Amino acid sequence: MSRTIGVPIGAMRGINASRQAVMQAHLGVIAQLQVLAGRYLVPTVFLYYGDAIVNVTIGALLALSFLVSVLGLFLFIWALTQGLMRAGPDAAQIIFEKGEVGVVEEPASSSKQREALQNIERKSADSVFGALSTGLAATSPELEAREAQDRSSRAAAFAFLTSSILWLVIGSVAGLIASQKLTSPDFLTQYAWLTFGRIRTAHLNMVIYGWASMAGLGIALWMLPRLLKTTLVGERFAVVGAGFWNAGVAAGVVAILAGWTDGMQWLEIPWQIGILIAVGGALCAVPLFLTLLRRKVDHLYVSVWYIAAALLWFPILYLVAKVPYVHFGVEQAIVNWWYAHNVLGLWLTPLGLAAAYYFIAKVLGQPIYSYSLSLVGFWSLAMFYSQAGIHHLIGGPVPAWLVSVSVVQSVMMIVPVLAVGINQHMTIISGRVSALKYSPTLRFVVLGAVLYTLVSLQGAHEALPFFNRLVHFTQYKVAHAHLGLYGFFSMIMFGSIYFVMPRVLDREWPYPKLITWHFWLVSIGFAIYFVFLSIGGVLQGIAMLDPTRPFMESVNVLTPYLVARTFGGLLMTAGHFVFAFHFFAMVFEREPARSGRAFIGGAPSVGA
Amino acid sequence: MNRVLTIVIGALIMLAMATLVLVALPYRQLKDESPPEQLKPYTIAQLRGRATYVNMGCVYCHSQQPRPASMGPDGLRGWGRAPVPSDYVYDYPHLLGVSRTGPDLFNIGARQPSVDWQLTHLYQPRSVSPGSVMPAYPFLFRVVAHPASGDKVVTLPPQFAPKGGDIVATQEALDLVAYLTSLNHTYPAPTDDSGAMP
Repeated sequence: MSRTIGVPIGAMRGINASRQAVMQAHLGVIAQLQVLAGRYLVPTVFLYYGDAIVNVTIGALLALSFLVSVLGLFLFIWALTQGLMRAGPDAAQIIFEKGEVGVVEEPASSSKQREALQNIERKSADSVFGALSTGLAATSPELEAREAQDRSSRAAAFAFLTSSILWLVIGSVAGLIASQKLTSPDFLTQYAWLTFGRIRTAHLNMVIYGWASMAGLGIALWMLPRLLKTTLVGERFAVVGAGFWNAGVAAGVVAILAGWTDGMQWLEIPWQIGILIAVGGALCAVPLFLTLLRRKVDHLYVSVWYIAAALLWFPILYLVAKVPYVHFGVEQAIVNWWYAHNVLGLWLTPLGLAAAYYFIAKVLGQPIYSYSLSLVGFWSLAMFYSQAGIHHLIGGPVPAWLVSVSVVQSVMMIVPVLAVGINQHMTIISGRVSALKYSPTLRFVVLGAVLYTLVSLQGAHEALPFFNRLVHFTQYKVAHAHLGLYGFFSMIMFGSIYFVMPRVLDREWPYPKLITWHFWLVSIGFAIYFVFLSIGGVLQGIAMLDPTRPFMESVNVLTPYLVARTFGGLLMTAGHFVFAFHFFAMVFEREPARSGRAFIGGAPSVGA
Repeated sequence: MNRVLTIVIGALIMLAMATLVLVALPYRQLKDESPPEQLKPYTIAQLRGRATYVNMGCVYCHSQQPRPASMGPDGLRGWGRAPVPSDYVYDYPHLLGVSRTGPDLFNIGARQPSVDWQLTHLYQPRSVSPGSVMPAYPFLFRVVAHPASGDKVVTLPPQFAPKGGDIVATQEALDLVAYLTSLNHTYPAPTDDSGAMP
């Protein structure tokens, strides 16, 4: 029904042609990368572990897995170029109604900011489109349909987002305590539940399963009806799911603090309690699939792909890794890191990218730069990310072929990262950078998208044995993990929540200044956190690699950087308190009321 | 493209491939590892101590996997040879660890076999290891005015000793030390055909 596009046909055709050309060029680059990787990287890895590869079967297996990956990717590229996926630029516009392209939507800004945003959009659109659509009339049926879609997911989104923010605040306080303990080890040592090993673990589980997962689910559930242009079916399942999920995280954190743990990193919550989380997640998948069945779109936007895949992947990952008394010894370590890496790669990353692909396009009123590229990104992410986890055990007592597979796939991650990066950054760069000034959503989401590129390239780098030798076991890894989960994922969630909540509650953010405060506190805080901890980690690694220096030197050299990390973490936590205060001020309708209602669709001030 | 089924099947194939390579194949390869002759199963006390090691989260700062010479000077630091999968057959959950805020402990029992040192170190790490950032674990100990005959009294430098009475190790502390001192994998590497890195 939405195949018609609200742009003059002539202009559209021009775009089609140029985008097609650009896309072809991208595909060419990717193909070349593959060949390069095949020619240089694999032999290097083989050489490195050359003496370890004892027989032909292992080498053959590795070569085979690489070959399958490359073939798979080529297959998808071929399918794309043959048009088998029918994912032309018109597919990218599926998220817009007729006449909506070129019209900004930013519920988080004031009407004045929105006007400025629209002017920027108009200027950059003029140069591209030659004309501008006028937006939806305030009483159009499309607009009413969208209001109905937004209404249908309110309770589910509200339940998940409210919980996530509570977990964020408690989780960051726990993180702050843990950080402080690394520089003052006699701080709060009287009770077992406050010891570093427990409070740190409580922090991790609260921010992963409480904050990140619940925020991701809340945003996904809210986006679904809009992406599928129908109302959310089975919302009650998701609300009950939120209850189960919260109960699971809360019980899990109490268990960890009390000393009941399964003991594997990222999997500490005892499996008996983990069942609650699994049930909660399964309940969230119900509305996803029920709504999919009722979809009224003839194309599934790329965000839907990511959300659907994530909701399929996570339960399987969790189940395989959590099943008790099956895994053992080194094999358990392998499963452990297969899981821990995939929680980020196949659960949070898809949810984060789904949000970025929707909100960047929707705020700007512009389809993403190259839609086909986004699909290449999706499949290559699925293929490479899922096999990269064992790079956490480089140099450990694990089969060499396994490490090699993960190293190869880690480096191959450059493909999906470039696909996503080119796409999201080009959408912004084409004349719309100043839009960041006026849209809080965009400011957070774009920062998150930039850091996604950064963290993934950094991750590919860390998997290379020569660099891994230096930074493995150090705080550099902690900084890297935070770049992924905070810089990339949390930033995108912050932005998404700023967009979504005015629609959920049908009112505006009461104190726009606080959004600015939140942004700068967490950005500056995180910059301090990341830069200092990374430098400290490298120095720690250098000290550890030098056998003439006693181990204690690697501890001492780190101290000032850990102090800086605590300070950065303090700013971030302060930002979270500002965010939470603002959120609940909005929920409880604290003064001052602004225009009262966040306008949907085109701002009334479009005035074209 | 509008086929939900394509996404679902495609996504499942990708994950199945990863699970096959990263979970199923290693499982098959490693499931028949038999313990080296010199490696003894944990005693009950050591297992209780290991549980404490797990629930205190020692693994977040201490690895139990010395790296081979090609990956670092672990051997030169006296942390031991590079381990092989069969060294870990009795470990559940595994405690390989990926952080070295503190040193590797795979052979701590060989490096520091003294029960007294271990107890003092757990009560107050800085009393025997100046500059350490390891947390103190006072809750694993009791302060008593007059130790009973069976009590294990912890020896402490005067500035770390309590004003009155003595510090006595709880059973939990003794078990933990029993586990730590059991960590000794200094026997020669068992011949290994799993393809682990040398």
